[in-house]
Amino acid sequence: MRVQAAGPVPATIPEPAPADSSSREDTRRRPKADRVATIPLVNGEDGQFEEPILRLRRRIEELEALPEDAGHRKEIERTREKLERVSREIYASLTPWQKTLVARHPARPYTLDYIGALMTEFVELHGDRTFADDPAVVAGVGRFRGRPVAVVGHQKGRDTKEKVRRNFGMPRPEGFRKALRVMRLAEKFDRPILSFVDTAGAYPGIDAEERGQAEAIAVNLRAMSAFRVPIVVTVTGEGGSGGALALGLGDRVLMLEHAIYSVISPEGCAAILWKDAARKKEAAEALRLTAGDLKELGIIDEIIPEPPGGAHADPEGAAAAVAEAIERHLKDTSDLTGEERRERRYRKFRAMGRHEEQPNE
Amino acid sequence: MWFRKDRAPKEPREKRSKVPEGLWVKCESCREILYNKELARNFKICTKCGYHFRLSAPERLRMLFDDEKYVELEVGLRSVDPLRFRDSKRYRDRLKNAEENVGTSEAIRIGTGTMGGIPVLIGAMEFFFLGGSMGSVVGEKVTRAAERALVESKPLIIVSTSGGARMQEGILSLMQMAKISAALSRLAEARIPYISVMTDPTTGGVTASYAMLGDVNVAEPNALIGFAGPRVIEQTIRQTLPEGFQRSEFLLEHGMLDFVVDRTEMKETLVRCLELLWRAA
Ligand SMILES: [Zn+2]
Repeated sequence: MRVQAAGPVPATIPEPAPADSSSREDTRRRPKADRVATIPLVNGEDGQFEEPILRLRRRIEELEALPEDAGHRKEIERTREKLERVSREIYASLTPWQKTLVARHPARPYTLDYIGALMTEFVELHGDRTFADDPAVVAGVGRFRGRPVAVVGHQKGRDTKEKVRRNFGMPRPEGFRKALRVMRLAEKFDRPILSFVDTAGAYPGIDAEERGQAEAIAVNLRAMSAFRVPIVVTVTGEGGSGGALALGLGDRVLMLEHAIYSVISPEGCAAILWKDAARKKEAAEALRLTAGDLKELGIIDEIIPEPPGGAHADPEGAAAAVAEAIERHLKDTSDLTGEERRERRYRKFRAMGRHEEQPNE
Repeated sequence: MWFRKDRAPKEPREKRSKVPEGLWVKCESCREILYNKELARNFKICTKCGYHFRLSAPERLRMLFDDEKYVELEVGLRSVDPLRFRDSKRYRDRLKNAEENVGTSEAIRIGTGTMGGIPVLIGAMEFFFLGGSMGSVVGEKVTRAAERALVESKPLIIVSTSGGARMQEGILSLMQMAKISAALSRLAEARIPYISVMTDPTTGGVTASYAMLGDVNVAEPNALIGFAGPRVIEQTIRQTLPEGFQRSEFLLEHGMLDFVVDRTEMKETLVRCLELLWRAA
């Protein structure tokens, strides 16, 4: 079965309160991929690497605006072929810093986009039952390829208003606690958990500290290590430190080709170790934060290839690849008993880290 | 507030404390000049203002174990440089310098012995070693301590002081949070007590994993404890932080700690908790 095209989430979703209505509109508000892709990644020197791709896309737009004619059609076709080739070339050799920019691309698909594309039904669940509902995290129950699942994930906003409402995808403690609540539901009713990781990090604010940001993350780690149900984690964009890991402990950890996952942002690392945030490119190199690095270090299980030009150039293609990978890993890990899964998950994370040991000291 | 009816005699006092050297030392808080020997006798608490000087890991372990006696475990573990990390200095050189200057091989030491007659495992972090940062070896030592506590059915106590995850080991440092939390989950399921003691400062990935997962979470007075560092928060929200923010008393007020206890009463309070919670009645 092919994955459903990204679109509005199906009508089984109950009408949410007005303040939350944007959660279903996130997927609708996404502009057409071709249009999105002509938006510069970042202004200035850092974004230069995408310029050849943008030029070709603009050329296609121009040609498409002209009256129909066989010559134009042919040139459009030729330009499209060139676009694919150039996109492939450029994206095959991105530097770690360029990948960081791609992972943060404002048009990159977010968790609700993947939910819209992967789920045939979805009911969003809100609130941590203690303090508030944190829009920086989405959680709910849905149906993935015929199978009921629980879903949790970070959620960034698309436009300015939505970005602010979702706090740029940076959860407060109640976001982590909401996710935990829904994961506990999954454990209770024997549903696999799909987690989507995409955050710059846990929010560093006064209120977040007051309500126990550190405790919320720690408790999630302890709980996720012990669940019996399968957990498949996909790092879709930014895997920002503890705030990412708080939804990231699973039987399988998958990562999109141009996503990043790091203990600290390149800027933060540069500011501390180089005493100069402008040294972010060097920090990005040193931190080994690309999907390839993480595979090599034994942290992730699989790299999900992105369409040419990145997930934002073809969100449907990206979602199809994500769906295929998740289904495969879910099937694999579902063959085990709950106890076997717990044991293997323990051993998986137990093995992470590198040290040497001098015997008789 | 905790209490006891009969006031027990004071625990053996610090005798062999080495840092800081010299006859006299200035209090970092009130600037009073203190006689070093007297400071050592007073658990390294300023006799004038009550400021708790930072302790080295061996000082901490001697303070908690009976008769200052313990056997150190996992001493053969050494950090490697898995990312071949280099900023203004090479990580390898930073490790070497830290080992030479601090006289310890890593940012935590694990000891086994008895505390108030109860066989326990205690881990004490070393802030003077790369800011007490948590890399693979710290993660491995804490995990082994938790696994040993499970096998030997002994309570585990970790005294934290850390700037957080060690950047020079990148993602491997982050994953130590998951590894340790998983081991503590097993300890919790086996109903073996784990007590977390937070001292100045405890931040970042250490707070967001084992420091906050104690059955009982304890702190020394006025310790800086948090997830994000105060500077990061200030830069994010662009306002000055309230007085006392992220200090032990602030965390107690917000429900994140069970109690704040003076270093002079730390040991007997921990023993009392273990007796009342866990020991056969
Ligand atoms: Zn003083």
